[in-house]
Amino acid sequence: MSLLFKNAKQLVLQIDEFINTVEQGILVFKEGVLNYVNHDKDLFADKIATIDRLEATADKLQRQIDDEFYRHSLLPQNINDIESMLDRMDELIDISKDNLYQFALEIPFLPESIRDDYKRLTNTSVEAALCVIPAVRTYFREPVKVRDMLSKVYFYEKETDKISRSIKRKVFHEMHDLDLAQKIHLRYFALHIETISDKAEGLADVLSIMALKLNI
Amino acid sequence: MITLLFLSSGLFLGWSLGANDAANIFGTAVGTRMVRFRTAAILGSIFVIIGAVVQGAGASHTLGELGKVSTLAAAFTVALAAALTVFWMTRLSLPVSTSQAIVGAIIGWNFYTNSPTDVGVLTKIVSTWVSGPILGGIFAVLLFMLLQLATRKAKLHLLYKDALVRVGLLLIGAFGAYSLGANNIANVMGVFTDAVHFPEIHIGWLVISGKQQLFFVGGVAIAIGIITYSKHVMETVGNTLMPLTPEAALVVVLAQAMVLFIFSSQSLSNAVASIGLPAIPLVPVSSSQVVIGAIIGIGLYKGGREIKLNILGSISLGWIATPIAAGILSFFMLFFVNNVFKQDVGSNLIENLIIKEISTHKPPASPVVDTMGLMDPLDLVKHVGTPKTVPAPTHHHTIYWVIGILAFMTLASLLFLWNRWMKKKKQWLSQIKQLKETHQQQLDAIQKKLTERNAIQEDMDKELKFRQNEMTTMAMNIIHKNEFLNDLKKEILTIKGKMKDPESRHNLNKLTLMVSQNISIDRDREKFQLHVDEQNTRFLQLLIEKFPAMTENEKRLATLLRLNLSSKEIASILNISPKSVEMNRYRLRKKLGVPGDVGLTEFIREL
Repeated sequence: MSLLFKNAKQLVLQIDEFINTVEQGILVFKEGVLNYVNHDKDLFADKIATIDRLEATADKLQRQIDDEFYRHSLLPQNINDIESMLDRMDELIDISKDNLYQFALEIPFLPESIRDDYKRLTNTSVEAALCVIPAVRTYFREPVKVRDMLSKVYFYEKETDKISRSIKRKVFHEMHDLDLAQKIHLRYFALHIETISDKAEGLADVLSIMALKLNI
Repeated sequence: MITLLFLSSGLFLGWSLGANDAANIFGTAVGTRMVRFRTAAILGSIFVIIGAVVQGAGASHTLGELGKVSTLAAAFTVALAAALTVFWMTRLSLPVSTSQAIVGAIIGWNFYTNSPTDVGVLTKIVSTWVSGPILGGIFAVLLFMLLQLATRKAKLHLLYKDALVRVGLLLIGAFGAYSLGANNIANVMGVFTDAVHFPEIHIGWLVISGKQQLFFVGGVAIAIGIITYSKHVMETVGNTLMPLTPEAALVVVLAQAMVLFIFSSQSLSNAVASIGLPAIPLVPVSSSQVVIGAIIGIGLYKGGREIKLNILGSISLGWIATPIAAGILSFFMLFFVNNVFKQDVGSNLIENLIIKEISTHKPPASPVVDTMGLMDPLDLVKHVGTPKTVPAPTHHHTIYWVIGILAFMTLASLLFLWNRWMKKKKQWLSQIKQLKETHQQQLDAIQKKLTERNAIQEDMDKELKFRQNEMTTMAMNIIHKNEFLNDLKKEILTIKGKMKDPESRHNLNKLTLMVSQNISIDRDREKFQLHVDEQNTRFLQLLIEKFPAMTENEKRLATLLRLNLSSKEIASILNISPKSVEMNRYRLRKKLGVPGDVGLTEFIREL
């Protein structure tokens, strides 16, 4: 019996660590983008290295959690839902890492006039992802409250869309001194940053249904 | 050995009870992989035996009050009748309970032996059949509310909750198994308690009575049922009948265990009686029906949308049909055992009548009546004379009337059920047959169409191949002929260069001209072009429809490309240079708007 609780305790710790890692990854992404926008090259390189390490840790933890769940057939009724939720969380950190690498590799040119918009876009998109993290934690302890916590995620996702649209409008309609290639490049980077909030919204949808299933 | 042989019907009943009812306790836990079957089976077996030995006497005593089945043969027959009823009704997919079957079988014995059936005891038993599921429902709702409250207050992590539920399923499962053994052992061994007497066993301070030994044997039979067959029942019936979450299963099993415990605990009954309340009847109740009651209770608490109320009808039908069927079967089997195998199945019918007559006609002070309890019934018969001298009482006829009416009612209800089942079966079979026929017809029609299409396709392919071969042969002929004419023209020109004679040179010039004319205005080529046009009418129409601006030359080139001829071959046919063909191809490509990654020939062939 004590083994049963020991396994549960170990898994709870691993899940908490996984969630923390993803959360840190998202925060590192945010800082990384801001460093890039502010031309802090050293700090940006440091963020790349950090997110690389965090992503690897998240992958390792996810595999360990998977193994534990299946080895001890824990939560057999909810295992599929939880696995899918953890997958989506892992996707968040994966995309954050990929996006940061896109900045490092493609080195997009960000004109001075649009930098603040990109900062705002990053903050809002990341905020959507950060709002879904507490909901994930709550799912494990108080599933009844999960749905109430998700409204912020949807709000920030919509805000991100608006900012992204305004950036695209600005780039294509107002910044005539840019080449088409540069405009398209800027649009792609707006899209990359926007993906974080889209993924957070997807996770929120899944979480909402999962919580509902637990409460029935 | 003989005792064990006679006990076999009870042991069979125990085995089937273990196989079926263990699913009520551990079905969901095993089905949802929260508890391993091995663990569940070991735990269930141990606690069923403990429950039967420690607390089995109460419910068994009540069954004894209903009818004291005094001989081993009678007990065997009664238990067998109950077992066969359960088996038969399960085969017919009718709701059945061992508790109700055994009660019916005992009443059957009462009728056969003309023993009086205590209406009070019967009422007590029947009332628990109704109150058991209701009580199960009430307990389930209360426990469910408590669990919900505790979950909300504790805010436990899902994984800790999962661990707790696992432990709970094991502990409550053990309690459930204990209660099942305590309550339902009466169904298995209750009828044998008056017929089988084992000597007491003393192990130090521990005294194991004969009844407890009998219950231990019955408990072992239930345990064997759990170990050998309950896994199959859990996997097939258990989950499909009532898919529950582990938490709900916890509540349902606990509610069931509590109900079974209440109806089998002598101490609890005494405690209730001591505070002035009516004593709890100790009666075997159906664990399945209590479980159904508990599930319905939770369903009603949640809003009642998921409840299938027709299941209540099925339970009610089980309350009536099972005891009647078991009673009639028991009656006829007793008659058979008594008259064919000449086994004593209890007090003889006629002897009972005589005793009754004596007790009603003789004064109480009579020595015969005083010693009645001590005398052998046969001596009694001798004492009062032969049965012929006893006038047939009217009560005797009443019994047969009652039996007749009950038999008629049972037969009618069974016929009704049988008829309904057969109708359903017939309907299913006809539906399946119809479906199969329709599918076969569709399959045949598709097969036929496919064969026809294949035949047409084959013919068309042959025709196309033939035409293409014909065209290719013609094209090749033209190519060879033109090559030959070109060679001839070159040869003539060489000879002309060597010739000095003006007339010969003139003639050679004429010859060269003829050859040249033959190359450019070639009848074969015209014939070939006509042939190609004729063969490609539909293709040409399509070209005109799709690309109206195409010139004749372009159309010709397209038809030649369709033949998969190379530029060189086309050049020879059209009597133009390969370079011109290439240029024409380029223009055609532009006009047709062929994408860069698609070959012109493929594009044309796919048109």
